[in-house]
Amino acid sequence: MTAEELREKQSEELARQQSLKNRILCCTAAGCISCGAGGLRQALAAQVEAKGLSGKVEVCGTGCMGLCSRGPLVLDTAGERLYGNAAAADAPAIVAGSAADDPKLAGRSIDLQTPFFTRQNKIVLANSGRVDPEKLADYIAAGGYQSLAKALEDMTPREVIDEVRKSGLRGRGGAGYPTGLKWDLVAKQAAPTKYVVCNADEGDPGAFMDRSVLEGDPHRVLEGMAIAGYAVGAQQGYIYVRGEYGLAIQRLQNAIKQAEREHLLGSRILEQGFQFRIDLRIGAGAFVCGEETALIASIEGKRGQPRQRPPYPPASGLWGTPTLINNVETFANIAPIIEKGGGWFASIGTANSKGTKVFALAGKIANTGLIEVPMGMSLREILFDIGGGIPDRKFKAAQTGGPSGGCIPEQFLDTPVDYESLSKIGSIMGSGGLIVMDDTSCMVDVARFFMEFCMDESCGKCIPCRAGTVQMHDILRRITTGEGSPADLEMLKSLAALLRETSLCGLGQTAPNPVVSTLKYFPEEYDAHIRERRCPAGHCQFTPADQEVPA
Amino acid sequence: MAASSAPAAPKDNREKMLERAMSRHQYSGAALIEVLHTAQELFGYLSPVLLKTIARKLKLPPSRVLGVATFYHFFSLKPKGEHTFVVCIGTACYVAGGFGLVEKLEHRCAKAGHTTEDGKVSVETARCIGSCGLAPAVIYDGSVLARVTPATLDTELNKIGVR
Repeated sequence: MTAEELREKQSEELARQQSLKNRILCCTAAGCISCGAGGLRQALAAQVEAKGLSGKVEVCGTGCMGLCSRGPLVLDTAGERLYGNAAAADAPAIVAGSAADDPKLAGRSIDLQTPFFTRQNKIVLANSGRVDPEKLADYIAAGGYQSLAKALEDMTPREVIDEVRKSGLRGRGGAGYPTGLKWDLVAKQAAPTKYVVCNADEGDPGAFMDRSVLEGDPHRVLEGMAIAGYAVGAQQGYIYVRGEYGLAIQRLQNAIKQAEREHLLGSRILEQGFQFRIDLRIGAGAFVCGEETALIASIEGKRGQPRQRPPYPPASGLWGTPTLINNVETFANIAPIIEKGGGWFASIGTANSKGTKVFALAGKIANTGLIEVPMGMSLREILFDIGGGIPDRKFKAAQTGGPSGGCIPEQFLDTPVDYESLSKIGSIMGSGGLIVMDDTSCMVDVARFFMEFCMDESCGKCIPCRAGTVQMHDILRRITTGEGSPADLEMLKSLAALLRETSLCGLGQTAPNPVVSTLKYFPEEYDAHIRERRCPAGHCQFTPADQEVPA
Repeated sequence: MAASSAPAAPKDNREKMLERAMSRHQYSGAALIEVLHTAQELFGYLSPVLLKTIARKLKLPPSRVLGVATFYHFFSLKPKGEHTFVVCIGTACYVAGGFGLVEKLEHRCAKAGHTTEDGKVSVETARCIGSCGLAPAVIYDGSVLARVTPATLDTELNKIGVR
């Protein structure tokens, strides 16, 4: 396919879609599928067939629509009507367009004018829930691969990098390294072979942003990687995806095949003399492989253990060659930046954090699901306006950044969400998991939970992390079973400093963060456990049970 | 990647399929993890004999193959039960009570990471399966159960005749 044919294909598909009366979009992301979206989609398609509406009404599966707590979700494009908790039995009413008026289906209809929808700004998720991730034509109709065509036809690799630099985009994997700068570092290396790697090893518990992007809009990630390959001079890309993400793997494999068939990937991309191949590498369940040097070792078929940096991957990465590693969400931002310009992107967000951020809302919150907001929005707006607040109970803490992050207490709810503000209050942006805890969660046990995670996931290469996480976990376990002593707190603090300063990689260096932040903001809970053998949240069970613990 | 489901292919065919997977990667040692994935998919678990065969074919020291197979949680060196429950204990599921589900399964079946003596049920835990909107979640024989309670597990266990 040439760029000209790509544009023709777009107008053709758009015309076809407009000739339809309406499209019924059925969310087929992993969340909705596990509450029965597969059967619902079949029932909708059968109903369209039965009513003789084939050719007028089209039933499509899409990626995540966001409001996972109300799944399975169905969107009727006629009048933009969204239905939640839909079941196969509702198919006739939905296809007839009468579901909103049907008294039996009262409560199925979801108001799109609520803050959950109106306060979001979707760039990365623009296509998620709108296009069929299994159909290339759908992505092309939504303007897909036009940015790749623009880059190859009208821009030099240098101009592409300059545009990304101008956008102010920073790595969305958590650390926030400026993306344009990283691309520049790789581009400057004079090596015959370079690689582009997409880090899709989303390991933070409580985070499902990358999974949703890969499931909902896989071509967007492929396009971003191809543009990156052109900019830095690489001809081979790898996507390192978690083995647990079966549906994402399947959709990526399908998308790569489709793109190769149409010459949007492979040896003759858009007949422009640029070649770029993408292969998948399936992870095998090791959290540490999210660390870039461990990820490289894993792609090379070894144990996923990190190594000393420098040299950093842009100088010496996969098989010792210059390697660009970016996160899924970072790559998903590239096509819109090339399409609309770096200046447009830089106009969204705050001074040092540009653009939007996707968050996975989970825990004790009314609207669990996937959201995308401009950088700089306050936590209060995210949790209470968009998230709909905490059902029944009182807010206690929001946890960001997974096992490397911290717990944010109520007094910081007005903190703007950007890289600097979050690190100032002892947490991190992280990859985007946002877990809400109410007063039934014990913060000491939360710290223990994350330390157990780091202890299990420590690769064992360096001693501070391998032994330190075990020691810290043991102390926290003692405290949560009522066997802690005041000296334990001092020991925790000193171990935390040790791990932070002497561990080899990010896993060990950040493992103490949840402990440090809960010690800082919830010292009274530690005190209650140690001095009164009492868990204020009523969560911990002390041995022997000589204390009445309210349920 | 339904690692938990029982292999469907007839026995003799499986070795041929594994051979084909290795030849697709030109018997390169760099493809070890891919080959182990395929082997586990075909055979259900990685037996010592299987690991030795792979080491020989990929021209790797057996220690390296065992080292990789034991490093990653995904690979299992023991056979799985007829049914598998994987309880998610990611943060969202933890907050929503995932450990209560582990307790239920440990009480009625086997310790997490183990299989009942009659080979009927394997109990496992997972570090976040990314279905946080549905917490607490359990993967039962490859499909995700949403908002699981100990009572749901009781129903499922009774269905398959666990006493």
